[in-house]
Amino acid sequence: MSTTSVTAAHHHHHDTEATIVYGFWIYIMSDCILFASLFATFIVLHANTFGGPGPKELFSLPYVLVETFLLLASSFTYGLGLLSAFKQKQAQVIRFLLLTFILGLSFVLMEVNEFAHLVMEGHSWKSNAFLSSFFTLVGTHGFHVTMGLIWMLSMMIQVKRHGLVRITLRKLTTLSLFWHFLDIVWIFVFTIVYLMELI
Amino acid sequence: MAHTNHGEVLDIEFGNDHGSVKSYIHGFILSLVLTIIPFAVVSQHWFTTGVTYAIVAIFAVAQLCVQLVYFLHLSYKSSARWNLYVFLFTFLVVLIVILGSLWIMVNLNYFMMH
Repeated sequence: MSTTSVTAAHHHHHDTEATIVYGFWIYIMSDCILFASLFATFIVLHANTFGGPGPKELFSLPYVLVETFLLLASSFTYGLGLLSAFKQKQAQVIRFLLLTFILGLSFVLMEVNEFAHLVMEGHSWKSNAFLSSFFTLVGTHGFHVTMGLIWMLSMMIQVKRHGLVRITLRKLTTLSLFWHFLDIVWIFVFTIVYLMELI
Repeated sequence: MAHTNHGEVLDIEFGNDHGSVKSYIHGFILSLVLTIIPFAVVSQHWFTTGVTYAIVAIFAVAQLCVQLVYFLHLSYKSSARWNLYVFLFTFLVVLIVILGSLWIMVNLNYFMMH
């Protein structure tokens, strides 16, 4: 193989991976529109409590602040993991992924706990329009985070098996976009669903 | 050959700049500060309702910018420019969806009452 064709092949691979990452970014943007419609629904319906208790009686701000810290920290540790991946430090990548996974899992468990408490106290998604839109919006975000956790688990196995090759690096890059995106969506959940409702 | 591949992998950016440890630390500290301040403003009732709403909204937008720049590395650099354009277009669609829905629903509400 001549040097030129090796370079061309490299460029070809590089372009393919870059296109896949770009395509994934466009998927994330379409997900943004999904969340926008759920946010719009929540903002329109948030006052319709059908005589039941509203956000002020149901939500605890310090609890949500802890959830926010967990997600922010997980975004940070994932970023560090991605940096180590591009530096070919395999053991470090798996450590950071594991740390991110634990932080993300704690977030999901806190959310499940919050939902379970609400439902057990009789405030389920069936109670009123406010709670329907609340559970749909926050639940959809939580579902995305759960999918991200499963993906992260699979990445830990793939990195361990195949090492930090072109394909695993690309997958780690797309997962990083997904994970940081979920962090940004949470910022708006935190602001619109919790902070603004408790003013 | 294997060695060359290994070397090549290192400079792949996949159209995404992945920043440095320093930029992640800066982003993390900024995002914590931008979370704690609106939390304190809401829980301590330092300002009137209107002002509190404005502060919380401004901090959310600032937080969005911090995360986009420090974590998602959106920029006008050629490697990220198309990601930025798609993002800006999506942002426009998101605004139309949210503000449009509110506009319609507030109007409906008004006509129901009058």
